[in-house]
Amino acid sequence: MANYKMQLLICGGTGCRASSSNLIIDELKKQLETKNLADDVQVVETGCFGFCEKGPIVKVSPDNTFYTQVKPEDAEEIVDEHIIKGRKIERLLYTDPETKKHISDSKHMEFYKKQVRIALRNCGFLDPENIEEYIGREGYEAMGKCLLERTPEQVIKEIKESGLRGRGGGGFPTGLKWQFAAANKADQKYVVCNADEGDPGAFMDRSILEGDPHSVLEAMAICGYATGATKGLIYIRAEYPLAIKRLVIAIDQAREYGLLGENILDTNFNFDVELRYGAGAFVCGEETALIHSMEGERGEPTVKPPFPAESGYWGKPTNVNNVETFANVPAIINKGAKWFSSIGTDKSKGTKVFALAGKINNVGLIEVPMGTTLREVVFEIGGGIQNGKKFKAVQTGGPSGGCLTEKHLDTPIDFDNLIAVGSMMGSGGMIVMDEDDCMVAVSKFYLDFTVEESCGKCAPCRIGNKRLYEVLDKITKGNGTDEDLELLDNMSRVIKDTALCGLGQTSPNPVLSTLENFRNEYEQHVRDHKCAAGACKDLLDYVIEPENCVGCTACARVCPVGAISGERKQIHEIDPALCIKCGACIEKCKFNAIFIQ
Amino acid sequence: MFKPKEDRMAKVKSLADLRKMKENLQSKVHLREKADNPEALVQIKVGMGTSGIASGAKEVFNYLVDELEKRNIEAVVTQTGDMGYSYAEPTIEVTLPGKEPIVYGYVDVKKADEIIEKYVKLGEMVDGIIPANYRTIEENK
Ligand SMILES: Cc1cc2nc3c(=O)[nH]c(=O)nc-3n(C[C@H](O)[C@H](O)[C@H](O)COP(=O)(O)O)c2cc1C
Repeated sequence: MANYKMQLLICGGTGCRASSSNLIIDELKKQLETKNLADDVQVVETGCFGFCEKGPIVKVSPDNTFYTQVKPEDAEEIVDEHIIKGRKIERLLYTDPETKKHISDSKHMEFYKKQVRIALRNCGFLDPENIEEYIGREGYEAMGKCLLERTPEQVIKEIKESGLRGRGGGGFPTGLKWQFAAANKADQKYVVCNADEGDPGAFMDRSILEGDPHSVLEAMAICGYATGATKGLIYIRAEYPLAIKRLVIAIDQAREYGLLGENILDTNFNFDVELRYGAGAFVCGEETALIHSMEGERGEPTVKPPFPAESGYWGKPTNVNNVETFANVPAIINKGAKWFSSIGTDKSKGTKVFALAGKINNVGLIEVPMGTTLREVVFEIGGGIQNGKKFKAVQTGGPSGGCLTEKHLDTPIDFDNLIAVGSMMGSGGMIVMDEDDCMVAVSKFYLDFTVEESCGKCAPCRIGNKRLYEVLDKITKGNGTDEDLELLDNMSRVIKDTALCGLGQTSPNPVLSTLENFRNEYEQHVRDHKCAAGACKDLLDYVIEPENCVGCTACARVCPVGAISGERKQIHEIDPALCIKCGACIEKCKFNAIFIQ
Repeated sequence: MFKPKEDRMAKVKSLADLRKMKENLQSKVHLREKADNPEALVQIKVGMGTSGIASGAKEVFNYLVDELEKRNIEAVVTQTGDMGYSYAEPTIEVTLPGKEPIVYGYVDVKKADEIIEKYVKLGEMVDGIIPANYRTIEENK
């Protein structure tokens, strides 16, 4: 085996690939080849580094130089300057927005300082398509330990003591769930990994599967041993082709090495994993709907109990866990429950991965200890709001969650605290909003999503959410009344109480939490017919600022409906009754004289 | 894409097998693991400016990487640009954990061997220190 002196790690996640990271890899390899360095320098395609905002990322090891926004054309310079001459390429280094200094080691970047990587420990570090790298970093050691040195009861005890709770949204204690599945006797049991990940803006699970598929496979085998299951199934949406490809490779390799299959490590333990593809319906992430979908039925939920642990896939005891939940398991076994439970808050242990999106400077994937405050996430790791605008809210928990505001910024993030303030952890999507976002429009956006995704089985969800959407739509068009606000509140509570599954039981949350935290915005819409954020188009008026208008007539000439009047060299005026708010006049005006109010 | 090699043991048949395999495969990721925590290890930077390379810095770099590994010393060897001592190339900067960096000039393979054996292993001073320049390479740029 060649003894490499240096390694170039390049992000091969979906995001960086979209910005041609695969071409960078090709080019780097070519450059190394022509310069006779291919035996000294290895090019490794890894999973996501998380700093998607600045991708594609190329990291040089062992000097830990972190190059950002690299282009295929930069490959030659990286090889000539950095590899051959040892000189860092300043222009590709990250510039600290505060000090304006270049930072070459990611450890010193605000984005990484507060992060602790457990679930993402191998993402951006290992080649996910090479099982040998995983084995070289303690891979399958945890499974080996469990199979040979522990009883299933001991494994469950360890997971219970670690305090690990489900990362798929509910936060149910994982060890306890395993115990239920273990307690149910049956000739066949199953382990299911939920990789449906349907929240808009979320890509935590995808990144784990793309960057470290073996961790999930290893954890599923451990779960199989603990619960007495011999078959594992991963339910993954077909929209995740790269994650699927890497999983297929990983499963093949694990079988090849005898780490999946029969008589694993000569212990008589059999376990194998197969993939099941979903068509991307949000409700199929709900575990009972997911199981029906895997059975070839419609992806519709059924009432619990029975829980999957009693009667799941084909009526057999089935343990369903989320991707990120599984990714924590090998680390817990290797490092111990004590270590894991020393991280986090009283009732939420360990870390949580979040996908930061929206109006934030550092869009990306982060992992922080439970108990980190929203302020730290948004303003330190996230680098604050884009374009110096004012922070308004963070939506957590996706369509099932709620909005957190200024006053929640210092709340330590964990399962229970988020619920206490009217939102929820959800699977980890975090969408940041600024002063230009209208909260009525935001809840309308989520309801639009839920209406679309409702499976239609129960009336509260099918009809109720549609009615909620209609009322919100009415309000954003300026036709709402005070009674509508009462109606929203009432209907939301009824839907929550009566819907069949978690989708309907949580879908009114965005409405309730914005009603609670931004009631004045709703009132402004219904009483003054105004949208202060300027997002609801129907409520905007285009006006001409007399101070700036020089009477050039450009706006009047471009207006398609003749809503602008005024003589040459006289101040012009817009008739709101005629204006269709197309914006053509604003674009035309050279004097900044037209405003939206 | 992954292709199983012919000469490799096809299956991991026991936990002992797995652990042995891990020992053998560790080197694949070792470089990266070390890079995550360089302060705790011996760090050596080799000046790779044009004059450094001309006077044999590449050879010294390769020698250090290979020998430190052979002698089981946990070290991070990196290259850096010109150190600004072109009269004394090749130059290397050695930082032992918790110590100030020391720069050596005119380092050839023989000198490198001496530096490993005496300074890195035993903490004894070795001739050839470029003195009184209390700036690290980074500051010198
Ligand atoms: C509408 C709806 C969508 C869901 N989507 C997901 C999902 O995409 N991924 C997931 O892991 N769990 C999802 N869940 C939660 C699952 O039902 C289940 O609780 C979870 O997979 C259990 O794993 P955990 O205990 O590891 O979190 C969803 C639940 C509901 C009600």
